[in-house]
Amino acid sequence: MKQKLLNFFSRIEPDKKKQPFLHTLYDGFFTFAFAPNHVTKSGVHVRDGMDLKRTMVMVVIALQLCYLFGTYNIGHQHFAALGMHTGLFDGFHLKLVHGLIKLLPIFVVTHVVGLGIEFYYAYKKGHGIEEGFLVSGALIPLIMPPDLPLTILALSVAFAVIIGKEAFGGTGMNILNIALLARVFVFFAYPGHISGDDVWISGIEKSAGQYVGEMYGWAHHLFDSLFNSAGWSTFGAGGAAVMDGYTGATPMALASKGGWEAVTQVYTPSQMFWGGIPGSIGETSKPLIIAGALMLIATGIASWRIMVSMVLGLVFTGLLLNGWGNTPFMQVPWYYHFSMGSFLFAMAFMATDPVTASSTNIGKWIYGFLIGAVGLIVRVLNPAYPEGWMLAILFMNVFAPLIDHVVVSRNMKRRAKPATAEA
Amino acid sequence: MKRRTLKGLLLLVFTGAAWVDAAAQSASGSNPNYLVYTLLAVVALLILGMLIQVSDNLLGIKARQIGADKDGQNYSVYPRLNEIFDSPKPEYTAGAPIISLKKGFDILLEGEAARKRVSAHVKTYAVQPPNYKGISPIPKMEVEVGDEVKAGDPLFHDKTNPQVKFVAPVSGEVIAVNRAAKRAIAEVIILADKEQQYRTLTPPDSTNCSLEELQNFLMDSGGWALLRQRPFDVIPAPGDVPRDIFISTFDTAPLAPDLNYVVEGQGLAFQKGLDVLARLTNGKVRLGLDARGDKAPSAVFTQATGVEKTWFRGKHPAGNVGVQIHHTQPIRSGDKVWVVGVQEVISLGALFVEERYNAARVVALTGAELKETGYVHTVLGANIGDLLEGRVSGDNVRIVSGDVLTGAKKDGAGFLNAFDDQVTVLEEGDDYEMFGWLAPSYRRPTVSRTYLSNLLFPKEPFQANTNTHGEQRAFVMTGQYEDVLPMDVLPQHLCKAILAGDIERMEGLGILEMSEEDIALCEFACTSKQPLQNILRDGLEMMQEQM
Repeated sequence: MKQKLLNFFSRIEPDKKKQPFLHTLYDGFFTFAFAPNHVTKSGVHVRDGMDLKRTMVMVVIALQLCYLFGTYNIGHQHFAALGMHTGLFDGFHLKLVHGLIKLLPIFVVTHVVGLGIEFYYAYKKGHGIEEGFLVSGALIPLIMPPDLPLTILALSVAFAVIIGKEAFGGTGMNILNIALLARVFVFFAYPGHISGDDVWISGIEKSAGQYVGEMYGWAHHLFDSLFNSAGWSTFGAGGAAVMDGYTGATPMALASKGGWEAVTQVYTPSQMFWGGIPGSIGETSKPLIIAGALMLIATGIASWRIMVSMVLGLVFTGLLLNGWGNTPFMQVPWYYHFSMGSFLFAMAFMATDPVTASSTNIGKWIYGFLIGAVGLIVRVLNPAYPEGWMLAILFMNVFAPLIDHVVVSRNMKRRAKPATAEA
Repeated sequence: MKRRTLKGLLLLVFTGAAWVDAAAQSASGSNPNYLVYTLLAVVALLILGMLIQVSDNLLGIKARQIGADKDGQNYSVYPRLNEIFDSPKPEYTAGAPIISLKKGFDILLEGEAARKRVSAHVKTYAVQPPNYKGISPIPKMEVEVGDEVKAGDPLFHDKTNPQVKFVAPVSGEVIAVNRAAKRAIAEVIILADKEQQYRTLTPPDSTNCSLEELQNFLMDSGGWALLRQRPFDVIPAPGDVPRDIFISTFDTAPLAPDLNYVVEGQGLAFQKGLDVLARLTNGKVRLGLDARGDKAPSAVFTQATGVEKTWFRGKHPAGNVGVQIHHTQPIRSGDKVWVVGVQEVISLGALFVEERYNAARVVALTGAELKETGYVHTVLGANIGDLLEGRVSGDNVRIVSGDVLTGAKKDGAGFLNAFDDQVTVLEEGDDYEMFGWLAPSYRRPTVSRTYLSNLLFPKEPFQANTNTHGEQRAFVMTGQYEDVLPMDVLPQHLCKAILAGDIERMEGLGILEMSEEDIALCEFACTSKQPLQNILRDGLEMMQEQM
């Protein structure tokens, strides 16, 4: 089997000189299928089993639960807005299919654009395809609103990969987190598509001053015919009116207007914890994110120092804001800040990116703590931005080298001291 | 701020935070004024923290004054976590302080040398100039092919320091002088006589003679070439007097020989070697002793006199002399210390005890690809093919002189490197592996916690091969090197400084304290498969040019 596949690969291998681009592509897929037969040359004779591919894939695996729930929740929110299938498991197949129809194009476009650019640059620079985009590509769909137009998505991914990464020299060289850079691009270039109350529910449009469900397209109809033959409930034609009084506002938007009281009028704390609320695709379900975070900590892939210090930063700032208590949002008890919004997702998957975080262990404590503090300040005190983690992490990404510089200088200073004379 | 101070402050801040919250909760009913509480609490905590810190400093100063502690680090009002949770000290240390190193990693490999003597009939031996760092690649030959030499007769010398002789380990006929690229001399090969003859030496009285007399004798007799100087791991310059001399009496590298077995019956020569070394330095001769096991190390080490002993325990690289120097008397700018291996000390002692150059070596034959492992009694520079004759089981193998982390690749015609006391034979891993990065088809050693079988059977040794398990990438992961290096060094930043050619930063980040063997474990663990030992060697060479 293995030998047959190897033979197949060696038959289709394009010529490196005549078709360099194809060869780069071939090399990328070949190293994906087979760990290469390289042996150690100089230095150590035995190498650790871990490489960058495996590291990256561990993160992608940790994200899978978020993907599953995100798919379901896109559908769930859609039907909740229409007042249909309100129970958790009512119309489960419809919610899943609706979610897939929304999520799949986002996933595909992200990867086609992102990987396409990666491949092109690998070919241009004449080195192997590096696996950095595996994680970025898995993260980007999860932090976008479900109804984001695909052209905007493609633009944002291209911006993030070209300006954020390739301009700096590729995997391992970027200063800013790629996934967040894609999101922040949409955030500032197309704010109407990523902020406000009506972007977090998919398949809803405004016609004649009224919010109604969109007319379903061919994909929905295709599944309808399947469900029909199985005797299950179907999507129908679409166009149903949105429930009276339904706003689709996220807890963050509610809290900035009316504090914790306004939030609890719409969502219960347990709802926010389990994740059946509107939001970006992958960030709503807290237990599943915590499961992913625990996996990353247990395998040692992500830095527990950053996660713990970020929690400490949030608790510290939360207590201070509670004490100040000037606005209703400041009075929101600090522990509810964990379940509102996307703190946990940012903590587990965004702040811990090893390339953009501080690289020293002491630096990681400072870096995480400041993200927790700055993020909450943006969330609570800044009226323009309902959520603060994206901006706080990008901000601290820029500061991470400075933190490292301080830590490194201290190490150098320690050493410059004359050795302690013996008594 | 010292590390323990940081810990103390953190502790205070977080108990403070909990306290404020509790206070505010208890003041339920009327609107609790968090801000005032918080400010009060912060002020109170700061004052308390300052008081504790001042008393801690005073205690440290007092300890230094009365001489109870040389740097005030061992006395503190803060409880030391590692003392509370540390496993009990073994009895044989008799209450002496142990330096416990938490960081590090033991690579468990199959093929540990059995504690038995095996025999090998070695016909040729070689002295290899490239083994001695710091000498020019084309040393001046003192013999020609066809000459008969006695053990201890000079073979060649470095042109800049002609008084330092490199001598023949055995008597016999010089049968070849092999050259490498640019006419560098790679090997001077001697076909050994059946009956060994030794050049008679007349050592000075090592206790009374002048330092110069002693140094001259060592340089002439070949003893000088047994020494190495840190930083840079080079042969010391003639006339140098080191600050201290360090000897590690245990080796923690993968499959390393058990030095307690190696020194059996060599107590006299070892002690004599230590006495001679003590004359050569203004400082002390410092022995690093092994406190890892339940059994005490050999009495040759524990009962050595005239030396300063320090107990160490921990995973590899706790046995590296560089790590031990770092934790006792670190190398600072301008310092020169010497390091000597255990078997080199014995040879040094033999110069005085036996009055001849006795380069006998006990070499461990190790590795999963050997039919029979064990210790072979031979001489420095033995031919590896002869040592392994009839013992190698596989045909696609790699032979390494030394251990798998720092050793050199050799073939059957190669010779044991001068400072190596081990040969490792392992499988060559030049095979493709399907989805090897995701679903491994065999167990492999790793510091990561992503392999389930390694987590379930942590004590099970590996049959490792030489596959790189991935391609080289830019530095991505952080904190990995720090986890396996028990030194206050930032290896990744150091390597980046070397790659950038920033001499000042290299020195500041401790390149002078590092040798290739110290960073080898980081190189093993590196996810990005970076060649750290080569990078470090480049950096050391850059530093040497500057000095």
